[in-house]
Amino acid sequence: MGAPDERGHFGDFGGRFVPEALMPACLELEGAFRDAWADPSFIDEYRTTLSQFVGRPTPVTPLPRLSEKLGLSLYAKREDLAHTGSHKINNVVGQTLLTRRMGKTRIIAETGAGQHGVATATGAARLGLACTVFMGEVDTVRQELNVFRMELLGARVVPVTSGSRTLKDAVNEAMREWVTCVSDTHYCIGSVMGPHPFPWMVREFQSIIGIEAAAQLDELGVGTPDLVVACVGGGSNAAGIFAGFANSDARLVGVEAAGGAAVASGSPGVLHGMRSMLLQDEFGQIEEAHSMSAGLDYPGIGPEHAYLADSGRAEYFAVGDEEVLDALSLLSEYEGIIPALETAHALAWITREVGARIPRGATVLLNLSGRGDKDVAQVRQLLKGPS
Amino acid sequence: MKSLEVTLRALREDGRKALVPYFVAGATPDWIRHVEAAALGGADAIEIGIPFSDPMMDGVVIQEAGLRALQAGTTFESIGRELAAIDTDVPLIAMTYYNIFLHYGLARSAGRLREFGLSGAIVPDLSLEESDEWTTSCAEHDIATIFLVAPSTPVDRIRDVAKRSEGFLYASARMAVTGASTDEGEGARVVANVREASDLPVYVGIGITTPEQAAATAQVSDGVIVGSALVRAILDGASAHDVENFVRSFRDAIDAVFEA
Repeated sequence: MGAPDERGHFGDFGGRFVPEALMPACLELEGAFRDAWADPSFIDEYRTTLSQFVGRPTPVTPLPRLSEKLGLSLYAKREDLAHTGSHKINNVVGQTLLTRRMGKTRIIAETGAGQHGVATATGAARLGLACTVFMGEVDTVRQELNVFRMELLGARVVPVTSGSRTLKDAVNEAMREWVTCVSDTHYCIGSVMGPHPFPWMVREFQSIIGIEAAAQLDELGVGTPDLVVACVGGGSNAAGIFAGFANSDARLVGVEAAGGAAVASGSPGVLHGMRSMLLQDEFGQIEEAHSMSAGLDYPGIGPEHAYLADSGRAEYFAVGDEEVLDALSLLSEYEGIIPALETAHALAWITREVGARIPRGATVLLNLSGRGDKDVAQVRQLLKGPS
Repeated sequence: MKSLEVTLRALREDGRKALVPYFVAGATPDWIRHVEAAALGGADAIEIGIPFSDPMMDGVVIQEAGLRALQAGTTFESIGRELAAIDTDVPLIAMTYYNIFLHYGLARSAGRLREFGLSGAIVPDLSLEESDEWTTSCAEHDIATIFLVAPSTPVDRIRDVAKRSEGFLYASARMAVTGASTDEGEGARVVANVREASDLPVYVGIGITTPEQAAATAQVSDGVIVGSALVRAILDGASAHDVENFVRSFRDAIDAVFEA
């Protein structure tokens, strides 16, 4: 996947729609990222940190029992094995190193499920940066253990009580905070969204997933898979794995939650600094997403995904909560891996589409973006009823 | 030159400091009466906030007012219908987020603003770099687009923004979203930077809460914008009469400085 144009556009999408107060910070960040990403010493430190601290490379795991059951040749890229339990840390390592390089001493972040918040708190602790995480009040209840994790890591968690009190409102609040402290604070956006350069920069920091996976599949003798499938909220894990296969023949598939399907049910609009596909009503008011998965509870999608959908290079589909719970159980029982609810969306699409959109016998790479520990209490309640 | 700018430049020629109150359309059932009261109280232009679900540049007061308006079913069109009943010569300026216009259609939005009797628009999340489509749509409808500058805006960028801003330049007094503040802010420094770059009228807003703050700010600028302090009073139940007195207290404080 290439770089956006000089103003951050991927086709008709992307750009930079921010209050003037934030423009200098966006321009500074873009300059700092371009400079760092061309600097071998920065890339070396980024790669070394991913290896020594995050535990990369994460493996590609063949899933033989599930493959046999489904009639596929299924492989998983194991981002659940990355430090802090999901791919989110890859981006955080890049942005925290960049924060220090820019001479800023504090970092703020939004979080939905808490995975990006935990990753940011982790990265901040490692570099001695002060850290504040904005989290919708609804999500602080759904993911209370992650709130405590962030606090253990020395971060301050601010529950957001405006709007729908979920991820989109956490982004609004983080943006409002950033306006007040932009001189010494970096806003570490957790997905391929927001104003330029974030969608591009976050994809670059996540592209390690796809680069590794392509090489690992070659080593396994599998070669290019027929499909690469990833869940999509904002879309950072999908962007990361797609980056390794965009120039191949593999079909790229993003799977959204049915209640937050910006590509399938949305229309073009501007939110959170970007032009992209959004869930909105007939008056242009942003609608609330509804998903049991806090990480996919977002009414938009990263602008590059909107572009990939528009151009036809990637396809996007939606799955419902019930299919997702079945998929989560399936992977747990057949392969001994409890995935995050977000990740289970991607698997749910695969199980549903075998023999339909996926030919039997196809080779499929699933991005196993996160582990399910954070969701176990919620899943128990959903499967067994209130305890 | 857009008619709004002609009016506001003439105001400055006359030696009058502009007072610009802000209202959230639809926040209360009688909001139109409040707008009229502000005109009676001495407003020179009035901002009409069109509520948006995700007001990134607004603090808690305007968020709350916007939410109330949306829950009451306020839309771009319903605001237009209510504005048709208003009787005032004071210029009205829309303030909203870009998605409202984008979703409605840019050319259609600009045309409707004019039909509703508005002569300008402030769109805080529309950056200079992304504004061509919008300003082109405004050209044929005589809608002035007012851009903001902030304490963080370098002087050379202020020059670029000022070239494109019409009517006036909105100088943010502080690095903050809308909301009450007690400190002096950085308005004077921002205005000084603007003066180096442009002769456009420059009005200061963000955090102007008291008549005293407004009077002090008017000494260094061409006008002041009062938003959250007024919206707070309205949320707390201010009548049209209260609104008129509120605006007049700012008017009197500003004028007293210049008559003294």
